[in-house]
Amino acid sequence: MAIPIHYTLSNFKSRKLTTAITIAGLALVVFVFAAVLMMAAGVEETLQATGEPENVKIVRKSANGEISSIIDGETQNIVQTLPHLAKGEDGGVLNSREPVVVINLTGEDGGFSNITLRGVSKGFGPMRPNVEIIDGRMFNPDLRELIVGEAIRSRFVDAQVGSTIDFAGNDWLIVGEFSAGGSGFDSELWCDASQMLDAFNRGNSVSTITLKLNQASDFEVFKTAFEKDQRLQQFQAQREQDYYGEQSEGLAGFIRVLGIFVTVIFSIGAMVGAMITMYAAVANRATEIGTLRALGFQRRSILVAFLIEALVIALAGGVIGVALATLLQFFSISALNFQSFSEIAFSFAMTPATVISSMIFAIFMGIVGGFLPAVRAARLSIIDALRG
Amino acid sequence: MSALIQVKNLSKSYWREKFEIPVLNNISLNIDAGEFLGLMGPSGSGKTTLLNMIAGIDKPSDGEVVVDGNVISGMSESQLAAWRANNVGFVFQFYNLIPVLNAFGNVELPLLLTKLSKAERQQQVETALRIVGLSDRIDHYPKQLSGGQQQRVAIARAIVTDPVILVADEPTGDLDKASAEEILALMERLNKEFEKTIVMVTHDPRAAESASIVHHLDKGDLVKEVVQ
Repeated sequence: MAIPIHYTLSNFKSRKLTTAITIAGLALVVFVFAAVLMMAAGVEETLQATGEPENVKIVRKSANGEISSIIDGETQNIVQTLPHLAKGEDGGVLNSREPVVVINLTGEDGGFSNITLRGVSKGFGPMRPNVEIIDGRMFNPDLRELIVGEAIRSRFVDAQVGSTIDFAGNDWLIVGEFSAGGSGFDSELWCDASQMLDAFNRGNSVSTITLKLNQASDFEVFKTAFEKDQRLQQFQAQREQDYYGEQSEGLAGFIRVLGIFVTVIFSIGAMVGAMITMYAAVANRATEIGTLRALGFQRRSILVAFLIEALVIALAGGVIGVALATLLQFFSISALNFQSFSEIAFSFAMTPATVISSMIFAIFMGIVGGFLPAVRAARLSIIDALRG
Repeated sequence: MSALIQVKNLSKSYWREKFEIPVLNNISLNIDAGEFLGLMGPSGSGKTTLLNMIAGIDKPSDGEVVVDGNVISGMSESQLAAWRANNVGFVFQFYNLIPVLNAFGNVELPLLLTKLSKAERQQQVETALRIVGLSDRIDHYPKQLSGGQQQRVAIARAIVTDPVILVADEPTGDLDKASAEEILALMERLNKEFEKTIVMVTHDPRAAESASIVHHLDKGDLVKEVVQ
């Protein structure tokens, strides 16, 4: 039978300070670990929330982002002849032909950042039902006017309602602020597509076209028709949400790899800390270990008792670390998405997977940190241990 | 009838770096059931080493120890642990109670290695504490008890499984005179009333008086046997 668990737990009371410091060290590492995963999940959630399930995005196959995609006027007309496309009140196919470029804005800290500027077609409203004006008004399609996403307004001195931004040889007036429900669009500036094509001298070549299907389930039929059309071989059709979701993979993956690499380095420190604590516990309790062995407890019972002790410390660290990381959900940060070459603002997102991974990470540190001391405890000779 | 404990041609030496240090030299000794045996001798004479081998927490370099028909010197580590749990009660000089467990928890420890139910364990713990006169201290932690009381808890822990032998290493070595006498009286009672076989190492001639036979060791040899 095992050594009673309350023996293990009671021992913490006699070493409150060292136990607390070790738990704090582990909690910090788990906090950083969880924060990294939350950051990556935040990027994914933001970009995956971008777009509507019924919307289809057409881009050039060779383009790895919206700004490197070009769609000529003829192709724009061809795609509108494909089946299952929703029509507007005027009987025309709902579509938004969007030129996308990146411009520089001055940040609150004085530095420049890349911001996506998107031109949207008249009548894009039914295609983007989540977009609403929360301050000022919608741009006038006949004027050089902009609306600014809520995630960038607070971070850029230039991006205020009423201020003007100079690009493409014109001054553009910001007339409103919009919210797109926490999606990637919140990190963009929008204007009328034809104003933008005119200013940038791009003729009628846009970057992407967004179309709306009658219903989301029509996508496969639409796609088949799209792929059969010989004139559209250089282009691809994707669900809008899938397209932006893929745009998150690079940044989210980068955050994960770099972040996990850093936390693994940190974790070595925490594991050494746990190890020192557990070695000290073994040394302090050598006589107790000898006594338990003399009474007839097996080596493996001693091993298990000390491993449980390390695990309890690790679990406590894990719970505290995850609890602290949960508070990060109230913060929003931004990063450069190198697939779109522009800034994206996102919140830390706590997911069940992050909680589970963080706790597994904590347990792993506990086992690694506690194993060698536990083995040492189990291997002590009874005679040596009884001498203390 | 053969003796309960048979020590046959027992030798033990330790290695300190490259030097072999003999501790016990070819010792033979029989201890009958119900005997209270004292082991005396100066420091380094090997008395504790002999006790440890009888108790199965150390192994001889040569020779064998047979207890109740079991050749314990030939057992594996885990067999020995199981054997000790069933057959040996330990009393140490510094009591060796677990500081974070109360008197009940300390006395219960050896019973956790048995198949007894919780209720049965409780009953045995209470009986053992009653025998040592500490029924009223069942919830007390070691630091709340005097040295003599702690040693009595340790004796309760040693007898709670009703072991075949009790081994005591300087059980009065850390106690004042009055407490030491109480402990010795208790051990004599365990020997006479409960017919426990006791092997006790001591420096103290007064403690040795409690034993029925005293063996003297010097430099690893048995030099004298005194029947009292």
